Amino acid sequence: MELIFSPEQQSFRMEVRQWLAANVPKEKLPTYDTKAGFELHRQWERKLHEAGFSMVMWPKEYGGRGCDLTDWLIFEEEYYGAGAPGRVNQNGQLLLGSTLLEFGTPEQKSHFLPRMASSDDMWAQAWSEPNAGSDMANISSKAIRDGDHYVVNGQKTWSTRATYADWAFGLFRSEVGSKRHHGLSFLMVPLDAEGVTIRPIKALDGEDAFAEIFFDNVKVPVEHRIGDEGKGWHVAMATAGFERGLLLRSPARFQQPVRKLVKLYRDNKAYADRDPSIGVAVAKCWADAEAYALSAYNTVGRVGRGDKIGAESSLNKVFWSELDLLIHQTAMNILGSSGELLACAPLAEERAYWLEGFLFSQAGPIYAGANEIQRNIVAERVLGLPR
Amino acid sequence: MDFTFTEDQLMFREAISRFLMTEAAPETLREIWETADGRCPELRSQMATQGLTALSVPEDNGGLGMGDIAWSLMTQELGYYGIPDSLADTAYVGAGLFSALNDSVVGKGDYLTKICDGELRLAIGHESSPLVADAHLAEVLLLQHGDEVHLVPSEQISDVVNPSIDSSRRLSQVNWQATPETCIASGEAGEKIWNETLNRGALSVAGQLLGLAQRMLDLTVDYSVQRKQFGKEIGSFQAVKHHLADVAGKIEIAKPVLYRAACSLENNHPLSDIHVSQARNFCSEAAALAARHGIQIHGAMGYTWEVDLQMFMKRSWALNNTWGDNIFHKARVQDYVLNSDVDLAPSKTFEEA
Repeated sequence: MELIFSPEQQSFRMEVRQWLAANVPKEKLPTYDTKAGFELHRQWERKLHEAGFSMVMWPKEYGGRGCDLTDWLIFEEEYYGAGAPGRVNQNGQLLLGSTLLEFGTPEQKSHFLPRMASSDDMWAQAWSEPNAGSDMANISSKAIRDGDHYVVNGQKTWSTRATYADWAFGLFRSEVGSKRHHGLSFLMVPLDAEGVTIRPIKALDGEDAFAEIFFDNVKVPVEHRIGDEGKGWHVAMATAGFERGLLLRSPARFQQPVRKLVKLYRDNKAYADRDPSIGVAVAKCWADAEAYALSAYNTVGRVGRGDKIGAESSLNKVFWSELDLLIHQTAMNILGSSGELLACAPLAEERAYWLEGFLFSQAGPIYAGANEIQRNIVAERVLGLPR
Repeated sequence: MDFTFTEDQLMFREAISRFLMTEAAPETLREIWETADGRCPELRSQMATQGLTALSVPEDNGGLGMGDIAWSLMTQELGYYGIPDSLADTAYVGAGLFSALNDSVVGKGDYLTKICDGELRLAIGHESSPLVADAHLAEVLLLQHGDEVHLVPSEQISDVVNPSIDSSRRLSQVNWQATPETCIASGEAGEKIWNETLNRGALSVAGQLLGLAQRMLDLTVDYSVQRKQFGKEIGSFQAVKHHLADVAGKIEIAKPVLYRAACSLENNHPLSDIHVSQARNFCSEAAALAARHGIQIHGAMGYTWEVDLQMFMKRSWALNNTWGDNIFHKARVQDYVLNSDVDLAPSKTFEEA
């Protein structure tokens, strides 16, 4: 055990830091839940890609930099530390990207990954359905094989950023009469295909953050299936593991708001200390974010030794989602009466950062598999309790 | 950057775990509880044979020369099997204290060799606690007097036993006089030794609390599968599952925090104080929740003398405020975060901020 960075890792950190200092937009980009904001984020992604920083841990041939996961953690620390824009294409890059690297054919990898790294293709997830939320195995959208393509019918929902995305990926029932997790196939569907209808869903901030996707006899070529026909559940579970595990929420994603929270507290110390529980919560946020970072480095070490990330990734998801709630609730408690102000309010100044994060933190324990489901997974698969 | 243990470290832990599983079963511990001294010389000498007392004694004194990192695995085993205080206090904390002494201290090497061979009965009195664990059997005591370290033979003290709810703990109020003859370090050197000893003691407790948390979780999982109500195992009910999943979560997140603190202490990281207290807090939370949910899921059985849960639960409650109490360790972390002007940037996890 040696918890210091090598000279190579330190010089990589400096390279990232310098590039970000010179290139991160001075003004915050408008939210990617609007058409204009979405395209500005796409431009930022292209710039990142041209500098070789889009997907640092992917192989070079697919538009990455060929770094290891420790370098990725370093990159993330610098990226969040610099206040760089949110990664608009991360559901594709981090979740589908990992799935393609593990299960994709050589053709799929060389076609889709570079376009994903450069954000020429923007991706949305399409898992949930009106009757398949926490109970994802209840999926009923169909993909019936017809020669060299599937005919897709049905409805997906809660598809984040599908309003403006180019592609969606998800599970579809390819075997007629199959039940539960059997007979599902993992498909990538172009959202401009004939028969696709997108209906935006306004999130509680009033923006089109997610959407319903309707499929009406949509033709999807067979080569857009990942993994074997009828074996999509297995592929999807791997994706869900990546999502809850390491990739979707890197520690720096929480360490940066904690850094700001500590500053917010220190700047308002006399006021905040009238309730001693505020300082306690601030210190807990720091300790938890730090613990999550240590856990990530520890996991990377174990993965490097050949361990697989298993059901314990469910514990990660519960931990970071609850931490995010605590960080933002504590900030709102310090802000007091100015916490409710929208960014456009003259008196809001930079405080709206907290409101935005507070709202999004409410979704954390729900998306990527509700925390109740995660706790069931831990109890049944880690502790071996009866179903 | 390497956050993994060596094969040697992992195999050693495995060997100790297998040994304690057979030699330190709950029935054995209950028998030891009933003895006047509360200690079992045979068990101690068996543990020495296993190499446990040699772990961090320097190689020059016949030991294995390992450090805090290796002990962070071993203290979990000591906690899991509820091994009384004297072993960790002597072989880990005591060996660390003796090693830090100036070589000119008379008997330093001999004491380390005796620790290594499992022949020294030692007690350490730090001002964080008014009572000294295992003073009743100690042949020598290491006692704090301000910044001075005193090595005091048992003949020069008198002790008044103060029973604890944890029958494994034997606590004494120690009456003694500091004399120039017993003083073996003082001033800045003495202060440094005591601070490091407090950190090492706290880390030892942290590891034991984590081991205790795992034991209570395992006992409770077993119970929830055996016990049936409403026609099925109570472990199949979601409310019970979620209690236990939360305990598992507390244990998993505490591990890397404990290991990082051990690595910091072993390498004299400038933030060792903070890292140790952070580890203590995480392990303490894991043990507290494991006890709370453990007794809840055991129901009335958890409140009995008969069921083993009480042994580990009471031990976790007692250890929770030793080598610096909860207030001390929470305050150390809070003070660092709230009252300093360090910029806690994401890139600073492993650096001095």
